[in-house]
Amino acid sequence: MADLWGGLVQAFWLIVTFDADLFEITLRSLYVTLTALVIACLIALPLASLLAVKRFRWRRTVIGVLNALMGLPPVVVGLIVYVLLSRSGPFGVFGLLFTPTAMIIAQVIIIVPLVASIAHQSLRELWTDYHDLLISLNVTQAQKMRTLLWDARRALLTAALAGFGRGIGEVGAIMIVGGNIDHATRVLTTAIALETGRGDFALALGLGFVLIALAVAVNLMIHGLSRTEVEGRW
Amino acid sequence: MSALFPLRVSGAKSSRRGNVLVGPVDLELSGAGTTVVIGPNGSGKTSLLAMLHGTNRLNAGRIDWAVPQDQARAQQAFVFQRPILLRRSVIQNIAYPLLMRGMTRKTALNRATEWSERVGLGAMLDRPAQSLSGGEQQKLALARAMICDPQLLFLDEPCAALDGRATREIEAILQSVAASGTDLIMTTHDLGQAQRLAQDVVFMLHGKVHECTSAKEFFTAPKTNAARAFLRGDIVE
Repeated sequence: MADLWGGLVQAFWLIVTFDADLFEITLRSLYVTLTALVIACLIALPLASLLAVKRFRWRRTVIGVLNALMGLPPVVVGLIVYVLLSRSGPFGVFGLLFTPTAMIIAQVIIIVPLVASIAHQSLRELWTDYHDLLISLNVTQAQKMRTLLWDARRALLTAALAGFGRGIGEVGAIMIVGGNIDHATRVLTTAIALETGRGDFALALGLGFVLIALAVAVNLMIHGLSRTEVEGRW
Repeated sequence: MSALFPLRVSGAKSSRRGNVLVGPVDLELSGAGTTVVIGPNGSGKTSLLAMLHGTNRLNAGRIDWAVPQDQARAQQAFVFQRPILLRRSVIQNIAYPLLMRGMTRKTALNRATEWSERVGLGAMLDRPAQSLSGGEQQKLALARAMICDPQLLFLDEPCAALDGRATREIEAILQSVAASGTDLIMTTHDLGQAQRLAQDVVFMLHGKVHECTSAKEFFTAPKTNAARAFLRGDIVE
């Protein structure tokens, strides 16, 4: 219990004293995960709507694989991205390993299946509602996709928030491809792992509470901005 | 009478996963005014409409409009038995087909406002469509179908779940639509409605067209036993 209490006190002091290191790694955490989330959404949402409206031969297989990849182990993703980006790997020339960019790439791979699967689930339901009307109106495939994405935007927000949750709390992949380098690639989760390993439980817990507060704050902020539960059902 | 007619249907059949939904159907419609398709539940009325409209697959036979297929399709609209509402406001719902056809937002919204007033939804433009009553939802669907000025409007049991007053209001709109030169092909199981609106009647039974005549002839002197029984109010199976 003393450790937990010490963690809370530490978190409090870290925040009220505007601890420079804390703010740096918090901002980096946000930068990495939010960038990864935006890129992942740009890939996953059109993919989800395409899977909802288009019937092609391997559609069910693709959906099944996407669902399965939701449980992709981050450590393995990190390892694969590491191999690809390492000096001797195919993308080694770009020199991306141990940079925030490498962390973003790893997180995109982790988040895309999750966002796409959740988004597809709600788009598919909407499509069964809309199907007859949109077929009758003879709209193009792209118009169908846009209509679905726009009218399901609240549900897609949930998908994006799930993606954010997975990204911001993730440590396995970014530890491997980022390397937890101070002032370069250290983020909240890797810092917590480091401090725990060093036995500084108070600091680790402090960082942990900051991480939780951050995740809650971002969720509440997005809910507030999008006015979920304020306006109509959608 | 619109340029889409005469419509010639020969041997048309629609099926899904081996089950025949409707057909084979041979039919010739001159399309003067309102054609009402009647028949018991499960006789293939809805499937016939969907097949003519082109949303159900045509597995055999031919459907020939007076103009090429895609032109004919662009001149048609469909109102479903259960109105399909987009998760948008009333005016956004009505304007949707125009926006999809590439009309500017401003013109589309103006025309949607006009149409919403015509069907009596002028006071609820910004309400979410889902919050409307059953009759209002069907009016919305009608306005949305009519906003592209189709020459032919399909209606699948437009008043099935409505009370007398809402039915009367919908019928009044349908009559004004028909008077302005749009042809209607609608299904109903309400014989009174068929008598009020129909110029021609198509009587369906077991997925086939059983009788196709003018309304006057059908209601006074039906040719087949099944039609006579149906008109008497017997249960036709």
